[in-house]
Amino acid sequence: MELALPQLNFMTIMPEIVLSVVAMALLLVNVLVKSEEKAYLGYLSLAGLVGALFTVPWGEKISGFGEMVIQDNFSSFFTVIFILCAVMTILISDGYFKKEGCNHGELYPLILFATVGMMFMAKATDLMTVFLGLEVLSVALYVLAGFNRDNIKSNEAGLKYFLLGCFSTGFLLYGMALIYGATGTTKIVRIAAMASGNGAVANNMMFLVGMLLMATGFSFKIAAAPFHMWTPDVYEGAPTPITAFMSAGPKAAGFAAFLRVFIIALPTLTVQWSDLLWILAVLTMTTGNIIALSQDNIKRMLAYSSIAHAGYALVGFTAHNASGVSGILFYLLSYTFMNIGAFAIIVIIGKKGEANNNVQDYAGLGVKRPVLALCLSIFLFSLAGIPPTAGFIGKFYLFAGAVQEGYIWLAIIGVLNSAASVYYYLRVMVFMYMKNPEEDFSWVKLTPAVMLCILIAVAGVLIPGIIPNSVLNLAAISLPLP
Amino acid sequence: MLSLHHYLILSGILFSIGAMGVLIRRNAIVIFMCVELMLNAVNLTFIAFSRYLGNIDGQIFVFFVMTVAAAEAAVGLALMIAFYKNRESIDVEDINLMKL
Repeated sequence: MELALPQLNFMTIMPEIVLSVVAMALLLVNVLVKSEEKAYLGYLSLAGLVGALFTVPWGEKISGFGEMVIQDNFSSFFTVIFILCAVMTILISDGYFKKEGCNHGELYPLILFATVGMMFMAKATDLMTVFLGLEVLSVALYVLAGFNRDNIKSNEAGLKYFLLGCFSTGFLLYGMALIYGATGTTKIVRIAAMASGNGAVANNMMFLVGMLLMATGFSFKIAAAPFHMWTPDVYEGAPTPITAFMSAGPKAAGFAAFLRVFIIALPTLTVQWSDLLWILAVLTMTTGNIIALSQDNIKRMLAYSSIAHAGYALVGFTAHNASGVSGILFYLLSYTFMNIGAFAIIVIIGKKGEANNNVQDYAGLGVKRPVLALCLSIFLFSLAGIPPTAGFIGKFYLFAGAVQEGYIWLAIIGVLNSAASVYYYLRVMVFMYMKNPEEDFSWVKLTPAVMLCILIAVAGVLIPGIIPNSVLNLAAISLPLP
Repeated sequence: MLSLHHYLILSGILFSIGAMGVLIRRNAIVIFMCVELMLNAVNLTFIAFSRYLGNIDGQIFVFFVMTVAAAEAAVGLALMIAFYKNRESIDVEDINLMKL
């Protein structure tokens, strides 16, 4: 009997291999490094991330491991987002964790493993790989959320995220099981082929219920209302750099898998899922923005704002045309810059124990530290979607996509929401520039690493905001088409 | 003779019991056990379909689900121990420092 060896194509997962090897090596090196010198592990992991960035191919479409993963422009675009997200998080981590007195070296390998999980989610062409990538990401994130183990809030965040994350995984898996049962395969391309070639499959109740359960599971991961309940608590309790990481990377990864599975595997149910996403988008935008209006804690406010931003991205997903989907890609990239940039500033303004994370604590920042206040204003303007920032361009394409597909009301609700959101972003600026300083911000220490992170973020917000064409063109050739 | 439907109904019931348990029970460890029950209900679905369709993919999936569940258990129990050290309770009513 002849044994047919499947074609593996290790090239398709080169960035993941590099990062996993670096992360495992770092776990070993960690034992030898003294506690106050853990920053070296950060430098090594940055080197690993940059190395992985150079192995990301562009313009090729190769499938590997028996159609388990695919390397295409879509996955490359997201891989770049994840690497940027990890790099910026690591840059702001060292100072923070030293200040909080929990400078454990495991932080960096965990961030790298989470990044690997996200990359697999963006590459997955099989429900099994989606699930595995999601779990590699989630298990690392549960630990990261509870990383400051002497801090009760961090404990709470970790435990809450863990319980609700597992719960949502159960729904996602049940959906996958039903879709497997209805079509007899877990490969997303073959699911589509089975459903389109066979009316009995497409009209099978199990197939529809499977789609709904998977949508529930993914909605948990991207923090879409009404499955957003964990977000504010986890974002508030988790260490601030980890909150930055969680709000940008895993959300993008969730969207990557969500987009690929729904657009490629379930085109026969397009009518049903775009109606569902319409409702989710409206609920998510409105809930996020309305509750954010009354938040005093700035981390919690950004958590609700991140829920609202998932809603904007869902507007593009509802339309799922070229403009909408490339809008999502562009938006998730610029959201990474603006959100991590804002969190970088929260990290350095924060005192030990995250004592002063309220909006009132930013009073007079514009007088005492004008450059920092200016940078934070740029990020907040971008989050609010005011030109000439990347946030505006992204929102423009998302809503344009919705209008092209005839979802006029959805676009109108989106724009109204976006207008409401300006209130709570501007409120921070009012405190920064129009209130008298109560403190002298003498504890604010700008290390070169944090400065580099803020610089990358400002460049990432302003350059695509002023000359958006190059990034938009990249997004336009990265659509997840079958 | 047991048919596919029996297995699907059983796994549906198990999944619902698990989901209800997560929503109703107050002890974090019991909640976690309920989540495990949900995952095992999914495993049963996969196995039943795999047997019915004569396709091995479902059984492979089950192996991955079990592995991941084991990893989740390790991480989850560690998180509960860290929480217990600080609060001396693993009742979810006590996970209440952060509110709207």
